[in-house]
Amino acid sequence: MDAQQALADLTEISSQVEAAVIFDERGKVAGSTLADGQRAADLAAAAAELLAGAEAVKSGSDGPLNQLEAATPEGSVFVVRDGKTRIAATTAAEPTVGLVFYDLKSALRAVVSKPAAREEPSPATKKPAPKKKPAAAKKPAPRKKKDAS
Amino acid sequence: MRRSSATLIGVAAGMLAGGAFIRRRTTARERVDLYYEDGSMVSLTDGAADAGRLLSLARDVLRAAR
Repeated sequence: MDAQQALADLTEISSQVEAAVIFDERGKVAGSTLADGQRAADLAAAAAELLAGAEAVKSGSDGPLNQLEAATPEGSVFVVRDGKTRIAATTAAEPTVGLVFYDLKSALRAVVSKPAAREEPSPATKKPAPKKKPAAAKKPAPRKKKDAS
Repeated sequence: MRRSSATLIGVAAGMLAGGAFIRRRTTARERVDLYYEDGSMVSLTDGAADAGRLLSLARDVLRAAR
């Protein structure tokens, strides 16, 4: 799905999301709810900076940072990432956190699944499956000697 | 008479204190929640070492969005 279409769907289903932007690891904007391109780029840059700052936090966790929520009295900021694609959104104060994360992940999944589908090779270019080794090549298990007892 | 007015004042003071407590509890506390791929979560409340820096960055995001 197109990033812009995914954001349109997001704002339609989630009344809590005020503004959202989809961008890549380099900060390039793929889609935004903001009409002004420069404002969308600023939003993506600020969100990327927040994500980078959060990644620098020593948490003791082995896994990479997946998502974050920053809550302030003025509103909340959400950032979710899936591979190289990120989505950032702002809401009013005290949103339904689980619901917003769910909607953002759904939107992100819709965008991320698009290039994956395109990369899939067509049946004509598919490589043939490797030939199975002949069964005779399998070494038989050694027999157990019979006990004298 | 004196006893009943003391009771009324006590009840009013209790209601005021309770209201203030509830208001304080429900006021949005500033925090940053970080969720990791392995399922762990770290919550940085205002006053934690990194929270101030991240909250400042979050305010920049909110400003950029509005």
